[in-house]
Amino acid sequence: MIQISKDSMPILREQDVVPFRNRVRELATKIGMSLVNQTKLITAASELVRNMLKYANGGKVLLELISRNGQTGVRLTFEDQGPGIKDIDLAMKDGFSTGKSLGLGLPGTKRLVNEFSIKSVPGEGTTVTITHWKNGR
Amino acid sequence: MKNATSKVIRKNKAQILESWMKYQLTDEDLRDDLMNMEELHGQSEQLLDSFLNALESGNMNDINAREFEPIRDTLGEISVMRARRGYSPRETGTFVLSLKQSLFDALEKEFKSQPEILYKEIILVNNLLDSLSIFTFETFIKGREEVILRQTDEINEISTPVIRVWEGILALPIIGTLDSARTQIVMENLLQEIVATGSSIAILDISGVPAVDSLVAQHLIKTVSATRLMGAECIISGIRAEIAQTIVHLGIDLSNIKTKASLASALRLAYDMMGVEVKKMDRRSKISLL
Ligand SMILES: Nc1ncnc2c1ncn2[C@@H]1O[C@H](COP(=O)(O)OP(=O)(O)OP(=O)(O)O)[C@@H](O)[C@H]1O
Ligand SMILES: [Mg+2]
Repeated sequence: MIQISKDSMPILREQDVVPFRNRVRELATKIGMSLVNQTKLITAASELVRNMLKYANGGKVLLELISRNGQTGVRLTFEDQGPGIKDIDLAMKDGFSTGKSLGLGLPGTKRLVNEFSIKSVPGEGTTVTITHWKNGR
Repeated sequence: MKNATSKVIRKNKAQILESWMKYQLTDEDLRDDLMNMEELHGQSEQLLDSFLNALESGNMNDINAREFEPIRDTLGEISVMRARRGYSPRETGTFVLSLKQSLFDALEKEFKSQPEILYKEIILVNNLLDSLSIFTFETFIKGREEVILRQTDEINEISTPVIRVWEGILALPIIGTLDSARTQIVMENLLQEIVATGSSIAILDISGVPAVDSLVAQHLIKTVSATRLMGAECIISGIRAEIAQTIVHLGIDLSNIKTKASLASALRLAYDMMGVEVKKMDRRSKISLL
């Protein structure tokens, strides 16, 4: 895998969401991602930053353009130092929410993007990484 | 206790004021179209007077003390006013900082042969004016932030118009991100209009919403429920193809909500629901109308 570009952005307040999404859109447009794929990626990114704000009081996102096996894509890593998630399998279930919400953010994000991975240590924080390729499904 | 600087200012006030004005005006970035000379002169004199009063009180370092209140007030007023009128931070900062040079000139003339006093007084004036200019910047930024807050309110208001498209049918085009604050405004405007016009159908058009994530979806669902509680029906239109696909993948269930791809088809549905028929007139009936 080759990293083409790298950038990071702190997410501390509601107001950081829109500029962040615009950055993701810029990256996706830069590699010529189709509109449907762009919208999927941006929506997934939006879910993850909102979780970061709601449950972990903010965090930071690493934005990368990468290339693997001749494909280019956008990889986003969401890292927070929040309370962490005790039961990841449960959190990944449709409809599970500790925040009186729809409980669709994490499982929906996984369905929206090509690659999804989550790591979380209770008391230390959560890291979610997603990758979406230019010609993803 | 009166210190050396305050005595020098008292003695040379007119000259200091004049040279300060000159320094302010030599800054080539100062836009004289924003303020007139008289006003600038008045503000400068007011500031110099309060500065002198503060110094004569004997307090020479703490700008947060009571003696400095009038000067903080004056500076605060000036910086907020300048922020509103669109001055740059540089222009605002120059106002206070250029007083330094005039005071240094006056002190130098007075204490030419007493370098120790000169040094001490210059350090003192320097520190004091630095603190005051930091204060000016802080207030300037606060003034700017107020401007931004006011604009945000204005944008929120102008961007959520409720349109009466037909007797009993309202349309509400939503443009931009639908966050919690916007949703609240949209909902309030809509419910108010439903009552005011006695409408029974509301069309929420989301063509201008860039992305629908679970939060936005939830806000839409809430708005629809509230509309129903008022006895009206809600149609969501403007769901673009890419948004439809995203909503499905996310797993959001909008099956209980009437949705349409375009505002036109939503309007057609609304006419149907109200039993209104819209059709093209043929040539003859058009003529007979004339
Ligand atoms: N960054 C995080 N830190 C700690 N807990 C988290 C984090 N992200 C998610 N969670 C936990 O996982 C649960 C499921 O998250 P998910 O995004 O799927 O649903 P939600 O945020 O509750 O609702 P929705 O996203 O549909 O509005 C959350 O309710 C929360 O308990
Ligand atoms: Mg969520």
